[in-house]
Order: sequence, then structure tokens, then C-alpha cells
Amino acid sequence: MLEIKNVTLLRDNHLILDNLCLTIKPNEIHSILGMNGTGKSTLAYAVMGLTGYDLKSGEILWFGNKINHLSVTERAKLGITLAWQEPTRFEGLTVREYFKISGKNSAENLSAEQALEKVGLEASRYLNRGLDASLSGGERKRIELAAVLMMKPKLAILDEPDSGIDALSIDYIKDVIRELIRNQAAVMLITHHEEVAAIADRASALCSGRIIRTGSPEEVTRFFRNHCRPCQHINQPSDEVFSNA
Amino acid sequence: MPDFSNEFEMLAEAYAASGGNPLDLHNDQYGLMLVSGNHVLGKNEIPGLVIESAPLPDGIKARIIVKENAQIEKPVHLCFGVIPAEGIQRILADFIIEDNARASFLAHCTFPNAVKVQHIMEGTVRIGKNGVMEYNETHFHGPTGGVEVLPKMKIEVGSNGQYISTFRLSKGAAGVVRLDYEAYLEEKAVTELYAKIYGKASDDILVKESVYLNGNESRGLVKSRIVLTDEARAEVLGEVIGKGVNSRGHIDCMEVVQGQKARASAVPRLMVIEETAKLTHEAAIGSVDKRQVETLMARGLSEQEAIDVIVGGLLK
Repeated sequence: MLEIKNVTLLRDNHLILDNLCLTIKPNEIHSILGMNGTGKSTLAYAVMGLTGYDLKSGEILWFGNKINHLSVTERAKLGITLAWQEPTRFEGLTVREYFKISGKNSAENLSAEQALEKVGLEASRYLNRGLDASLSGGERKRIELAAVLMMKPKLAILDEPDSGIDALSIDYIKDVIRELIRNQAAVMLITHHEEVAAIADRASALCSGRIIRTGSPEEVTRFFRNHCRPCQHINQPSDEVFSNA
Repeated sequence: MPDFSNEFEMLAEAYAASGGNPLDLHNDQYGLMLVSGNHVLGKNEIPGLVIESAPLPDGIKARIIVKENAQIEKPVHLCFGVIPAEGIQRILADFIIEDNARASFLAHCTFPNAVKVQHIMEGTVRIGKNGVMEYNETHFHGPTGGVEVLPKMKIEVGSNGQYISTFRLSKGAAGVVRLDYEAYLEEKAVTELYAKIYGKASDDILVKESVYLNGNESRGLVKSRIVLTDEARAEVLGEVIGKGVNSRGHIDCMEVVQGQKARASAVPRLMVIEETAKLTHEAAIGSVDKRQVETLMARGLSEQEAIDVIVGGLLK
């Protein structure tokens, strides 16, 4: 479905993604684990095609077709979307209006009420609220996930949907991910949270802009816990790590 | 050549185009004053509301009083317009909100055919103790930009009183705008002044809003949202003076510039005279936020559709 082949990306002349290879299969949850600064968000932005995240080399293939040159809108129309780690605010736009935009290109829409219910927010309290600074960070993130559900994407890239969320709300995030899967989407799930990563079908660990391990979530989480968390040389993976990848 | 003999219908049509409901102009439950050029075409007083008016050679003079303790639930509609392509309309208006009274006003200013129209508003607002006034002014201009809008208001808010106003000009070409509001606040009084303007073509916009926090614990907010395209230019001068003990003021200015030729500037001025006063400001001038645009593009909107949504929200 999504093939990232030998992708190299620089930002301000710093190497962020280094010949990275990754495949996401249809309808799978694929967790990406990595410490801060390893390139997780950059990978997400590159797949979405954001400005400033052009590839230096390599290819991103969508069902076998190269999409490097496509705009964000064109990628969204193919069914790719992104939920940012810190979703932006919009002055003068209500949650209802935002959902209407999000569901615009989806044939079978969830209702706005149902989408909010999926993330544990009451429609009567939130639908007419502004998508602005009056929402807490956690509320805004949950609304973003609901908007992604409204889109019915084929690939949802979720960039740390669990950061800044209270422990009780983690279950809602897992429910949203499961709902996306029920809707035949695939999910690229970027997270630090091992409990969230565990719901994946497969997982990959990222270090220094390279995938250093791919496997079952249990295996990769164990690797991450034992190697990445205690690592004293962040973003300088040892040769031994690569030789075992 | 349009027939101006039926001014009421033409004004009502323009009122609808500016977002108003023309049925409100026939509803006797609403306080109302409808002015075309220097003719008061219609007026409706309701309990607690007095509207006095007199013609001037180039406009009208009006005194609008909300009587002590009156709580006017439904908004009072004010509709000002010039239907012909050329003309001057001068509105000299005094608003008096007596002690413990409350009212909101919806003012619609419509100049749908303007080629050379000057709309001058010289007003005063006096709000008594515990009085509350909301004033929402929405403009509807034709596409030619031949309007000069010159609103000047001096606002005095008594203790515990509130004055909240929004000046909105987002439909049609703004033309020349010289908005000049000054608000003087007594103890625990509150004011919020909002200006939302969409400048296009060669529109020339000046927004000057000053708040004098004279009373102890008075509060003031000056918030402007300006969007500029083509060769439009705008200058926003926000000013807050903190004189009262524990008074608080904030200026929030955002100007979005689209294209190479539009020009925007903002000059916030804060002055503290009393050491316990606290004043703050924030200003952002530049293009539409890239992150906002890309968020909406990731939902399937084109770049231009995304910009339109963002700009529409700012001016809403």
C-alpha cells in the first residue's frame, strides 16, 4: 500500500531521514517507535508532502505509484491524512464546520455527533465551540482524531496521538484506531507509549533517520525498551544494532 | 438607472445582502431606525427605548436612549444606507444607556451602488452604572470601492458598565476606512472593541482604537483582524492607557497579507500611569499561517479553499 523506498531528507543541511525504508500494508496498524529527534515526525510530514519536507532522494509509492510530486491536497484526495502531534487552532471555525470540511470527500459520513462520541466528547458541549485557544490541548487532539475519522482515510498518520492526553483518554485513542481499522484504513502510529504501540500489527523502531528494527509490537517494544530508552548516544546507533536489524 | 423612489425596499434588499433578515424591519417587537440618505424611512420604539431624530442637509441627527433599568431583550436594528451611486450621509448619533439598562444594537450600513459615497458617523456613547451596550456594525459595500467610511465614536462607560462593539466590513470593497474609537472606563467597567475588515483592490484602511482605563479594576480589550489582498493597505493603531488601580488591558492585532502588493502595519501603544495596572499586547502580521493551510489541505481542501476558510474565520 505505502512503500517508502530509500528516502533521504535534509532539513537545514542536517540529515534527518537517512536512506529510510518502510512498508505499510493495507489495513494494518504500524507503530513507529523512536526517541525524540530520531525523525518520526519528519517521516510523517514527508509522507503527507508538507512544504519543506521534499525528499533529497528515494521514493514514496502509493499502491505502486510514485507520489513524491503530489501536493498535500492530492495526497489527501488519495486517502492519506495526518493528525499532527499538536493540532493547530482556527479562529472563527467551529468544531461542526471543521468536521464538515473533514467529511467533505467521504462518501459515507459518520455524523459529527458520532465522531465526537468516538473520542469521548459530548456533542452538545463541543459541536458549536470554536476550534480555538478555548480548547485544552487534550480536547483539541481528540477533536483532531474525530476529524480524521470523519474523513474515512485509507491511511491515517497519527503523530503521537497519546502525548498530552490523560491516562483515562488513552482508551478512546485506541478505540479510534480500531474504528479506523474497521473502516479498512491503515494506520501509521507514531508513539512513545508502549501500551498504545502494543495494539499494532507490526512495529518499527527508528533511530538516526533509519528503521533499525521491524517486527511484532512485542519484539520491537522490547528492543526499544532495552536498547533505545537506555541509550547514551541518541541518534548514533551502533553498528551492532544495524547488524541485528 | 435605478428608481430610488422606493427606497425602503431597496434598502431592505441591501440589508438582506449584508446578512440582515429583512423581515426584522417589519417586526414591531424590534426597536428600529431605518435611514436612507437623510430620510428616516422607518422608526419603531419599544418599551424602554426612545429614538429621537432630526434631518440634517446631508444626513440625520439621532438620540437613542435606553431608559433606566430597561432590559431590551431583542436587538435594536439600525439600518443606514445610501442607494444612489453618489452622496454623503452624516449620522450624528448619541447613545445613552441609563443606569442598569441593557441593550444590543445591530447596525447595518449598506452602500450597494456606491461610486462616490461618504458615510460619516460621529457618535457618542454614554453608559450609566451597571449599564450594558453591545453594538455590532456590519457594512455591505458594492464592488467598486467608492465609499469613504468615517466612523468616530467617543464612549464613556460608567462603573460596572460594559460596552462591546464589533465593526465588520468584509463584503464588497472597503474603500477608504478611517475608524476612530475612544473609550473611557470608570471603576470596574469593561470594554471590548473588535474590528474585522477585508481590504481588497486599492482599499485604504486606518483603525485607531484607544481605551482609557481610568477606573480601578477596569478592563479593556482591543482586538483587530484585518485581511488584505491586491494593493490594499491598512494601519492599525491600538492604544491602552492604564490609570486605574489593578486595571487590565490587552491589544490583540492580526493582519493577514495576501500577495506582494498589499501593505499592513500595526502600532500598539501601552501606557501605564498606575503601577498596579497591567497591559499586554500581541500582534501578528504576515501571510496566512502555513500550518493551518496544510491542516485543511490534509483534509482534502485545495490551498485556495483552505485560505478562504481561514480568512473567513478570522473575519467572522
